[in-house]
Amino acid sequence: MSVLVGFNTRLVVQGMSGSAGAFHAKQMVEYGTRVVAGVTPGKGGAKVAGLEQVPMFDTVIEAVEKAGANTTVIYVPPPFAADSILEAAAAGIEVIICITEGIPARDMVKVKYVLDRDYPMTVLVGPNCPGVITPGQCKVGIMPGYIHKPGGVGVVSRSGTLTYEVVGQLTALGLGQSTAVGIGGDPVKGTDFIDALMWFAEDPGTSSIFMIGEIGGDSEERAAAFIKENVKKPVAAFIGGQTAPPGKRMGHAGAIISGGKGGAADKIAALQEANIAVAPTPAEMGKTLAKLLS
Amino acid sequence: MKIHEYQGKQLLKKYGVPVPIGIAATTVDEALAAIPEVQKQAGTEVVVVKAQIHAGGRGKGGGVKVAKNRADGEAAVKKIFGMQLVTPQTGPEGKKVQRLLVEQGLAIEHEYYLGILLDRATARVTVMASAEGGMDIEEVAATHPEKIFKHAVDPATGWQDWQSRVLAKQLGLAGKITGELNTFLRALTRCYEDMDCSMLEINPLVTTKDGRVLALDAKINFDDNAMYRHPELESWRDPNEEDASEQEAKKWDLSYISLDGNIGCMVNGAGLAMSTMDIINYYGGKPANFLDVGGGATAEKVTAAFKIITKDPEVKAIFVNIFGGIMKCDVIAQGVITAVKEVGLKVPLVVRLEGTNVELGKKMLADSKLNILAAADMADGAQKVVKAAKEAK
Repeated sequence: MSVLVGFNTRLVVQGMSGSAGAFHAKQMVEYGTRVVAGVTPGKGGAKVAGLEQVPMFDTVIEAVEKAGANTTVIYVPPPFAADSILEAAAAGIEVIICITEGIPARDMVKVKYVLDRDYPMTVLVGPNCPGVITPGQCKVGIMPGYIHKPGGVGVVSRSGTLTYEVVGQLTALGLGQSTAVGIGGDPVKGTDFIDALMWFAEDPGTSSIFMIGEIGGDSEERAAAFIKENVKKPVAAFIGGQTAPPGKRMGHAGAIISGGKGGAADKIAALQEANIAVAPTPAEMGKTLAKLLS
Repeated sequence: MKIHEYQGKQLLKKYGVPVPIGIAATTVDEALAAIPEVQKQAGTEVVVVKAQIHAGGRGKGGGVKVAKNRADGEAAVKKIFGMQLVTPQTGPEGKKVQRLLVEQGLAIEHEYYLGILLDRATARVTVMASAEGGMDIEEVAATHPEKIFKHAVDPATGWQDWQSRVLAKQLGLAGKITGELNTFLRALTRCYEDMDCSMLEINPLVTTKDGRVLALDAKINFDDNAMYRHPELESWRDPNEEDASEQEAKKWDLSYISLDGNIGCMVNGAGLAMSTMDIINYYGGKPANFLDVGGGATAEKVTAAFKIITKDPEVKAIFVNIFGGIMKCDVIAQGVITAVKEVGLKVPLVVRLEGTNVELGKKMLADSKLNILAAADMADGAQKVVKAAKEAK
């Protein structure tokens, strides 16, 4: 079992003719993901080198109607990414995974508003995220596939590379993953911790959860409260940015301690209060969960 | 990106937000000449001399002076210009004042707090206001949250007149001034939206004895992701307010922040970069910087990043910590090798590579014959680099 992506995923790659889109489309095909279409406006009917078997279309609607796509992954540049998300939603895509980094917050406020209003059943993951992988079934995004292993740990994370870090550690300890969801580091995003936690709580294939948060905002605190009330499976966590200075934006548009809020200490306290095991360093994330399960 | 108060007020004025009459100056002579000009335009004697630095809390540090007449104003200009202004936000070394704003003094009725920012929990731009103006709003939020009123801006319709009416009531305003507040808020929210602001703070917003609503201060930050839509803002950058290495990094679209330690860090991904700082601290070291080379970096960009790190004389050891996803390990290896060939390597270099194309990256580093300490994992790398930095002292 898994959440969001799996054997039934039929993927369209928006921005497949770009260098990142093409590179990662090939990696996804190699992993076994069913990539059924590519979309780049003006490139309908063209061939992308190394992906000749994947038909290219001008619009997402064609990818849905002619190739049966039900999930999309977006690699288009920031100025056009909001438009691409809304195009996918309008085309009836159920799961939209947006990798693009650097989308203006103003654009995302509008995107989220329209998705909530007109497409409440559509799931957006990201933007500025590594994607979603169900090991052994389907990889959608930019994560290195080989570090994953099928199993029972559901992973949800605000950080891309830290997700790889925890997955690498879990796999080395023999703990496979049900699905790893990168929710991204932007202040306005689709899926948040609580959505992913809810899916993992209900997923029979997920037996424990690892959650990676970071400084900025209060979604970790809200997630902790949700876990306390609703999640019966063992949960371990890590918070990045414990030594970050206040007032400095640490790369992610969402990672900033401002107005005395969003610091790591408050988040760790909230998690511990909800009986979640918090890893002391990023090198001990896997071990922390393993200890909890032993 | 941050701008100065006077720049913020120029922008607000363009959007029709009422601001006091004022003139900005970058020399003492300009500031002295500005005093009679402001007095003339305002038709009053009182002027306010305000230090223009990005840090807040300027009043507390003596960077803002109200002068009753021209002579007092001149004394204030001479005192503030060039001073090393220390505020709670500048750090103990303070910030040299190189720009001033000379403004008209106003007959203030009451001071309010007004802030606009993005509320992540609701994904709405939100107007926050309080009758406890001029105060430290964070303290008000902590002790009396019920005194802060919040109103979300609808993404489809924008700020509405009725919201101004409700807010006026909450702030204890009645009568004609409600209309003034509405004009102010409509213009302010439009500015926030149009200019891709990430924070717009008016503290204080004032009502005057003659029934007007004005922005007495303006603190504006812009969304760095939206700068491509506002190329005109580039000219508003103040190089004195920005770290030289951070500016060089910006040119290469690198996310870099100077810190005060001695271990240079090059990492891909913001979360891993922050955690790398955390683990260096955990093992007793101090990072010299936060550096996220990002996802789609080229070898040239990695080279530039490496050069920025090595240029810092405080750096005693370097830790490259990469878990490749969209970033390929061979690109990192190539960038590092090129940089070392160009600028040399005078300090120990610890490299931890994992992820996309890791074997190729490791092979390139091994073939390069560079003096690199390979790390098995993050903890191993952090311990090695902390040890190397200590031995270098």
